[in-house]
Amino acid sequence: MTAPLLEARAIRHFFGAFLAVDGVSLTVREGELTALIGANGAGKTTFYNIVSGRLTPTEGRVLLRGRDITGRPPHRITRMGIGRSFQITNIFADLSVLENVQVALVGHAGAGLRLWRAVARDQPLRRRALAVLGRLRLDHLAEEHAGALSHGDKRLLELAVVLASAPSLVLLDEPTAGMTPEETRAVVALIRELAADGEATFFLTEHDMDVVFGLAQRVFVMHRGRLLAEGTPEDIRANPEVRAAYLGEEVT
Amino acid sequence: MKGRPVLVPAVLLLVLAGLVALPWWGSYFALFLATEMLILGLFAASFNLLFGYTGLLSFGQAAYFGTGAYVAALLLRDIGPDFVWVLVAGPVAAALLAAVIGWFCVRLTEVYFAMLTLAFGMMVYAVYHQWRGLTGGSDGVAGFSITPLVSGLEAVNLANPMHYYFLTLAVVVASGYVLYRITTSPFGLILKSIRENAERAAFAGIPVRPYRLLAFTIAGFFAGVAGALFGPFNRIAVPEMVHWTMSAEPVLMTILGGSHNFLGPFLGAAVFLGLRTWLTSYTDQWMFFLGLILLFLVLFLPRGLLSLAEWRTRRRGR
Repeated sequence: MTAPLLEARAIRHFFGAFLAVDGVSLTVREGELTALIGANGAGKTTFYNIVSGRLTPTEGRVLLRGRDITGRPPHRITRMGIGRSFQITNIFADLSVLENVQVALVGHAGAGLRLWRAVARDQPLRRRALAVLGRLRLDHLAEEHAGALSHGDKRLLELAVVLASAPSLVLLDEPTAGMTPEETRAVVALIRELAADGEATFFLTEHDMDVVFGLAQRVFVMHRGRLLAEGTPEDIRANPEVRAAYLGEEVT
Repeated sequence: MKGRPVLVPAVLLLVLAGLVALPWWGSYFALFLATEMLILGLFAASFNLLFGYTGLLSFGQAAYFGTGAYVAALLLRDIGPDFVWVLVAGPVAAALLAAVIGWFCVRLTEVYFAMLTLAFGMMVYAVYHQWRGLTGGSDGVAGFSITPLVSGLEAVNLANPMHYYFLTLAVVVASGYVLYRITTSPFGLILKSIRENAERAAFAGIPVRPYRLLAFTIAGFFAGVAGALFGPFNRIAVPEMVHWTMSAEPVLMTILGGSHNFLGPFLGAAVFLGLRTWLTSYTDQWMFFLGLILLFLVLFLPRGLLSLAEWRTRRRGR
């Protein structure tokens, strides 16, 4: 049996005396679109920060394809195959859209120590960056200033930067936050398409339950730092504990 | 964007042609002033690799500039090798010092980074100032003559200000070109990404600290190049060249010229020294008026003098 793509084992994390993540163990399998849901403060982002190396957990291990990556720095974890987006859009605002993606391509290739050849004249690099942008329908904006994009396009650009690192696992922290309904629909369709094409395995947190139940094949529910339930969207919808703790009456 | 590739090289070529021809159209005094402008322009440009490109405000670059000047002066006083070795040893010593100090400094960012570079700068100053046996304390290292560039090369006499000017022009243009290539390389792109968003850079697979350290070391090297030209040019290396007020000069020059443009620091250095020279001929209170002029420039042209030219070319390009 091969090791699962991602395995979290009994993760606990304290902020001072506050227990933000309390014994979370979960497994994400290759190719399965999963979602992590829970109210604000349930510990979702902290859990993401632990998996992506932004935080070292107080206790527990994170394994990527069976390899222990607990507490490794973000650039190492990124190069090992975990990419992530942030709740608040995180791009290189004063660079062009194309350059944003080129940074990630250069970083992934470890080619940043080339001090002489001009980036602007590197045609293969340009083509690869345009190809990544094309996947997200952003290629027509390649020469634009990243900071001048619309909110929705900025979020897509961040996804492009993530995909340029050729990740096996992509953590999306509320990918549709702040988007208009049309933008949300477009992003959902895009994520579904990318996942279906086998671009990467997507693991997302989301507040919009339509998005979660429309996309995810498997859902984890966090509540006050603990993993409350896991299962298919139907299981989760039907789970009385989840309904009581989190979903309330909005789920029909 | 389309207006730039023609206009900028054209202006640059014109300025370079004017500089090459300077000994035939400018006064003796202009030659000295231009030499100083070129040297401090390179110093400011090396600082801007950190400030404008990597997003690190260093208040301690005089440590590397001064090290270049002291190593050059000491070599000339005590050993007297061909001048070309002076131009190698000064920058290498400065880069080594920058690598050691930078190793500590790049752990921090923003104002903490600035404070740490300032603190190290003061320590380096104290060493040059207090180590009287070697550096002569506040008297500095003087009483040396300029050696030939390369022995046997009779045509070049660096004791002649015109020859020294041409050497400076050649070294500054070559160094500027290397720095420019670095800023447009993949390495330069990574530095800019770190300036923009160090966290996103880390999550794009980039080890941020080693990159910052390399930028710090390269900046130290080119500050050392400038220093190794500056000491012999003044026939002395004094503690003032290592003092924190010297560290402030590239900061002012760069902000004056524009940190978002590679040529900004060079223009800023020229304008700064031009203004200072012009004002000192009228008043002893030149610092007050220089401050006043800088104040207005920063208030009304926060992106520097070159932002005027950028604005025009951008409009033309559309």
